[in-house]
Amino acid sequence: MLRYLLRRIGMIVPTFVAVTFLSFMLIRLVPGDPIEVRAGEHGVPPERLAEFRHQFGLDQPLWKQFLDYEAQLLHGDLGTSIVTQDSVLHAFFQLFPATIELSVCAILFAVLVGMPLGVIAAVKRGSGFDYGLMGISVTGASMPIPWWGLMMILIFSVAFGWTPVSGRISDAYFIEPVTGFMLIDCWWSDDAGACTSAASHLILPTIVLGTIPLAVVARMTRSAMLEVLSEDYIRTARAKGLGGARVVVVHALRNALIPVVTVIGLQVGSLLSGAILTETIFSWPGVGHWLIESIQRRDYPVLQGGTLLIATLVMLVNLGVDMTYGFLNPRIRR
Amino acid sequence: MPLLEIRNLSVEFPTARGVFRAVDGLEMTLDTGEILGVVGESGSGKSVTMLAVMGLIPYPGRVRADVMRFDGADLLGLSPRQRRALVGKDIAMVFQEPMTSLNPCYTVGWQIGESLRAHNAVPKSEVRGRVIDLFRQVGIPAPETRLRAFPHQLSGGMNQRVMIAMAISCNPRLLIADEPTTALDVTIQKQILDLLISLQRERGMALALITHDMGVVAETAHRVQVMYAGQMVEEQRTDALFAGPRHPYTAALLDALPERAVGHARLPTIPGTVPGIDDRPAGCLFNPRCRFATERCVAEAPPLAGAAGARARCHYPLAAPVAVPA
Amino acid sequence: MSSTASAPVQATGAAARPMPGTLRLFWRSFAENRGAVLGLAITLVLIVLALLADVVAPHSPIEQFRDYFLTPPVWEQGGTARFLLGTDDVGRDVLSRLIFGARLSLLIGIAVVALSLAVGTVLGLLAAFAGGFVDVAIMRMMDIVLVFPSLLLAIVIVAILGPGLFNAMIAVAIVTLPSYTRLTRAAALSELARDYVTATRCAGAGPLRLMFNTVLPNCVAPLIVQATLGFATAILDAAALGFLGLGAQPPTPEWGTMLAGALQFYQRAWWVLAFPGLAILLTVLAFNLFGDGLRDALDPKLRR
Repeated sequence: MLRYLLRRIGMIVPTFVAVTFLSFMLIRLVPGDPIEVRAGEHGVPPERLAEFRHQFGLDQPLWKQFLDYEAQLLHGDLGTSIVTQDSVLHAFFQLFPATIELSVCAILFAVLVGMPLGVIAAVKRGSGFDYGLMGISVTGASMPIPWWGLMMILIFSVAFGWTPVSGRISDAYFIEPVTGFMLIDCWWSDDAGACTSAASHLILPTIVLGTIPLAVVARMTRSAMLEVLSEDYIRTARAKGLGGARVVVVHALRNALIPVVTVIGLQVGSLLSGAILTETIFSWPGVGHWLIESIQRRDYPVLQGGTLLIATLVMLVNLGVDMTYGFLNPRIRR
Repeated sequence: MPLLEIRNLSVEFPTARGVFRAVDGLEMTLDTGEILGVVGESGSGKSVTMLAVMGLIPYPGRVRADVMRFDGADLLGLSPRQRRALVGKDIAMVFQEPMTSLNPCYTVGWQIGESLRAHNAVPKSEVRGRVIDLFRQVGIPAPETRLRAFPHQLSGGMNQRVMIAMAISCNPRLLIADEPTTALDVTIQKQILDLLISLQRERGMALALITHDMGVVAETAHRVQVMYAGQMVEEQRTDALFAGPRHPYTAALLDALPERAVGHARLPTIPGTVPGIDDRPAGCLFNPRCRFATERCVAEAPPLAGAAGARARCHYPLAAPVAVPA
Repeated sequence: MSSTASAPVQATGAAARPMPGTLRLFWRSFAENRGAVLGLAITLVLIVLALLADVVAPHSPIEQFRDYFLTPPVWEQGGTARFLLGTDDVGRDVLSRLIFGARLSLLIGIAVVALSLAVGTVLGLLAAFAGGFVDVAIMRMMDIVLVFPSLLLAIVIVAILGPGLFNAMIAVAIVTLPSYTRLTRAAALSELARDYVTATRCAGAGPLRLMFNTVLPNCVAPLIVQATLGFATAILDAAALGFLGLGAQPPTPEWGTMLAGALQFYQRAWWVLAFPGLAILLTVLAFNLFGDGLRDALDPKLRR
């Protein structure tokens, strides 16, 4: 198992280096003089330009700049925001928990609702439930997130007044950010009002972000179950006199989980894309919102560092999915 | 009273091109301790018959019969719970493909144990001991270590032994073996067959052995049923069948055996193909391929003719051994 | 099950031109799926609307009617039959903008898919045929594209190229490239292993001819499915970019850009938000249903 892990890590390294290279090139590809871009100023007099050039190391040959960049990365220096003067890495880790909290809730929502629906649809193949679920699933996967999010706000927040419109928690509460995860911090602070407020702020964004993964998970579960249910060993299980529920849950699901887990893992990328939109709509103070603002404010070091961090995250998650796959499928293990 | 009694069984599958009759008007009886060989080509319906007995016909198949009784109990009228109590316990089945018939995610020991636990055959504490004992009975060496093996770590022969162990774990009265050796190496085939026979003798089980290999049947079965295109076309005691087949199809099958074609220049074959869904003859199903077919055969479906225990579905059952023209 | 003609993909010969019999069989399979037929119908309606936009739309999409800011749809109080679906904050007719938006969306879809498909197919074929280092290099490039969340990568590309519809289309095309490349490569590799390719090679066919005349036609079916589904993705992605202000710029009547425009007033004027979004939903849904139907009809495994 360890050998498998090491092998997979080895395969990632070249990709990682290539990604850092692209990130490195970003500042130089963006319109405008790279020095002015880095400094965040325009119309800089020539003497200051030369100063800046030297300060940012832009008078070195390209390959040396790249190596310096790599060295910086390994020290955890991803640059500084032009706007806030804050370290990009620091800002990222401050905002990241909000995005994780939202994403994790969305995935949980997608899996806890989508999987059972998919299993039932497979078992009741061809029924009204099956067609209905597949119809809803396709519709869910076709929704433009901005529209879906804003409509939900319109209906549930504005018309019914059940949920808040934006943010993570009502302004009435101040919660000490211990972990950065609002739900955990609220629970830690023992403030029931805050907990309800945090939860109610989470509901709509979770549903909006989780809709597309829900559709994908339901569909994948259904098709994986259909395939597994037609396998020989399911017939053997029935020939042993086992009940329908046991056959489905113990024998079939375990095998169907393998492709479904892979799909869930691959959803991370699309989840982050969705998070960008969802955070913008709900003014959710996470990484996605941060990146969009960075473009609007031309804060390119943030865009550069943030993109690199997210890409690294996706690579790590893919690695995690591989390992889980190896665990679930005994055939790969040895 | 026979252990298994079937009269006029039919199994149909609706398809895009019409209804397909996999089994048509089948009769079968099996007594305790008897070995019945069920022989036929691929597509003759022999597996489907046994799946129908087990209640394993998948949707959208339909099973109908005048009589389908096991030990006096009507199989068709069973509630799902009653059926589950019977299947895997009193009636057990061994399938053809051992490599795909076991769940790849669980150890073989666990899968056999599941059978024991599901039917409460032994107290929980004794399950492990019983599984080891079963492994020993089916000839799996080093049973204690094999318990934790996964199916993909075992060979085809080993997996088939595991399947057999699983099937006999709750001491079934009837064991159905659906082509148990077809997917195995020739050297292993004999071992598995011998195992089945010895288990049958020790436990006094009835054994329904499905195969397309006449040679296997000759050595092991007490009685033989020959199936063609979903129908039973002949039923006799083994020695009588081999000495004097009554149906032309059986005769042709026997003639195609290399052992019996000594002295001929060519191995005789049966011209034509098994009827599918589109080209089922109105009269006798075998008539397009039969040497002896007459107009009566084309027009009229033959009933089962002959004395009990030696019957053939033919208008002109063969009386004496037929010699193949050289 | 026996001898009826199998799907066009399974052609055993070099050229896989579908015979009339196969086409009819395909249509029958396809038509069984009511969702797919619905998808096809909506798609056709959209194409008609797009082509006849100038004729069908009651007004110009960019004309501002100063007396009619934020008019509700005709069935609400304050609505008028002149602007059936209401107007936006600068008095432009929502319905006309939707209809012209259909034309724009279809163009976006065609452009993105055509570009992605062309480049992706060539890269995939190249990877499959050249093998070795070229194969590894191309696949690595695709891996790098895939490591970034699609919207993020598109945003970065637009940041480099500058906002605008054309750049947005390029960004989306790049982001969807890996799926076509991988698909073509996988299909080509499995075809290359087949005997008829070896035979054609023995007959003296050069690599280019082999690539495009022999192998490619047999990879067509999964590519068609992917292209149809890719149409849906392209429209969604372009709309997302438009919503973020990075795609089509106002007053272009792109549906995503219209959503962005609605952000300020959607709470008072729900129609400025609802209808463009609904248009996106219906269009994407139509292509998804159609693509799924195609996939089911062309996949021999799913036949009964």
